[in-house]
Amino acid sequence: MGKTIAEKVLTSHSGKECHAGDLVIADVDFCMSQDGTSTMMIRELESLGFSTPKTKHGMAVVIDHSAPCPSVDVARIHSKIRRFASDKSIPIFDVGEGVCHQLVPESGKVQPGSLVVGADSHTCTYGALNSCSTGLGSTDVAAAVFTGKLWLKVPATHSMVVGGAFSDRVSAKDLILDVIGKVSCDGATYKSVEFSGESIDGLGMDGRMTIANMAVEMGAKFCPFGFDGITREWFSSICTEVSDGVKSDCDAVFEKSYDFDASDLVPKVAKPHAVDNVVDAAQLSGTDVHQVFLGTCTNGRLADLDAASSVLKGKHVKQGVRLVVAPASRKIFLEAMERGIISRLLKAGAVFVAPGCGPCVGTHAGIPSDGDNVLSTANRNFKGRMGNNNDVNIYLASPWTAAASAIVGRITDPREVHV
Amino acid sequence: MKLTGNAYRFAPNDDINTDYIISGRYKFKIDDMNELAKHVMEDIDSDFSSKVQPGDFVVAGRNFGCGSSREQAPRALKAAGVGAVVAKSYARIFYRSSFNVGLPLIECDTDWIANGETLLVDMDSGTITSRKSGRQVNIAKIPKTMQILLEDGGLISHLKKHDGFLLEEIAEK
Repeated sequence: MGKTIAEKVLTSHSGKECHAGDLVIADVDFCMSQDGTSTMMIRELESLGFSTPKTKHGMAVVIDHSAPCPSVDVARIHSKIRRFASDKSIPIFDVGEGVCHQLVPESGKVQPGSLVVGADSHTCTYGALNSCSTGLGSTDVAAAVFTGKLWLKVPATHSMVVGGAFSDRVSAKDLILDVIGKVSCDGATYKSVEFSGESIDGLGMDGRMTIANMAVEMGAKFCPFGFDGITREWFSSICTEVSDGVKSDCDAVFEKSYDFDASDLVPKVAKPHAVDNVVDAAQLSGTDVHQVFLGTCTNGRLADLDAASSVLKGKHVKQGVRLVVAPASRKIFLEAMERGIISRLLKAGAVFVAPGCGPCVGTHAGIPSDGDNVLSTANRNFKGRMGNNNDVNIYLASPWTAAASAIVGRITDPREVHV
Repeated sequence: MKLTGNAYRFAPNDDINTDYIISGRYKFKIDDMNELAKHVMEDIDSDFSSKVQPGDFVVAGRNFGCGSSREQAPRALKAAGVGAVVAKSYARIFYRSSFNVGLPLIECDTDWIANGETLLVDMDSGTITSRKSGRQVNIAKIPKTMQILLEDGGLISHLKKHDGFLLEEIAEK
């Protein structure tokens, strides 16, 4: 019987032939935690008498969620994390380096075919790099760091075949919003989700990361993309040699299969307060926007900043709209600067905050006011998510739609704005 | 294990995410679970933490605990005195984390449970009963792995007790 990517990775990491439904103890290659989840992990590790990570490629901690820190309380939490990293010689990405789900891939620690766990739900992003990676609580990550292993149930796989080609100004974000809208926010709970097909074959790594990032918003455990030329090219761009990675066998068993056509896709928006509350952007054209947020581990990468800047080039954000931008990493920030993307955005009226999570989770820079409508390129639009629970509405969309909406001051299909 | 307490229900009923259980406004700056417990469920029930009594049940529909991986969610519920969550289904990360930190999760039909009513949960016989109406419903069997974690007092105690994963033996079978 053929195997899916999840079955292959968990077989190679447990030393036991396994299929969906089996329980395995698997060797973990790499772990990460961030400033909102590290202290609980550190306490558990200390209670276990931890000295060094037992995982094959160690671990990293990232200070990105409240960075730079907004208060004394958070500063003390950051200090604890820095002390732990220093005492145990753990690599740390500190304030301003970027968001964990960009920094960890950029570090080259996530190899094709590897098994990675992180104390952040969007750890599934690294599926784009052909890994099985997943978010867990701090205690599970502490156990993985301490023992180098973790118990996992081998997930069944849902196959998403996406044919056709994306139309102009329609992107990976629109696809994943459309998928989540159709399968619902628990439609892939416990599952591994594999995207394939013509439109995925041609999709760059930034777009693949956008899709894998949001797999958890339909409940998924893993979202591994098959290894191909784009994966290899991306690894050579970060100067990392890789082997051939993993693909599903042609006779692998998928629990469910879905077919999508990218050429039918139009710009999508997830309405408040649920990620699966998805409609066409054009249906919301009367909705005022007070703040637009471009960034995050979903859409803060070079392709995203470039897309937004191409819409905003020579134009200005509508009076009364704040456009907040957080590049996903310092490396991306610099590259965007060299390409003129940053100056285009600044001239259009954007305000930049440090590379990192930005206003996504409401801990600092860019908290909306009572009654505000926010259009965000992030992955969650829960009530209160951005730090204010008082009648704030968060709409999720692509960087194209974000830029167009910032210009018009209302939610706007980006195909309606002329360059 | 037997549990008794009153039911608390919320709007929304389905997809209660971990942001609603404990908001990012608090969880990034407060590292003490007893302090965090004062804000548990605040965004969907502003005075929940002052009403809840030790042993009470949080009752919900589908996909409880979806969203962020924040382990503060099950920890703050536990610190607030919640005896167990009773829901139709759970999101994956919250499910693992709850058993890892010793918060029992009961899986069963919940449509029949009224806000405020007293429930009796018998995990050995696999039933949940309304004290007032006497109505009894079966609960899903808790997987062996999770039972072991609960009995050992969570994942870290489990690792200490067995000097690693005893679960390895289960995986081999």
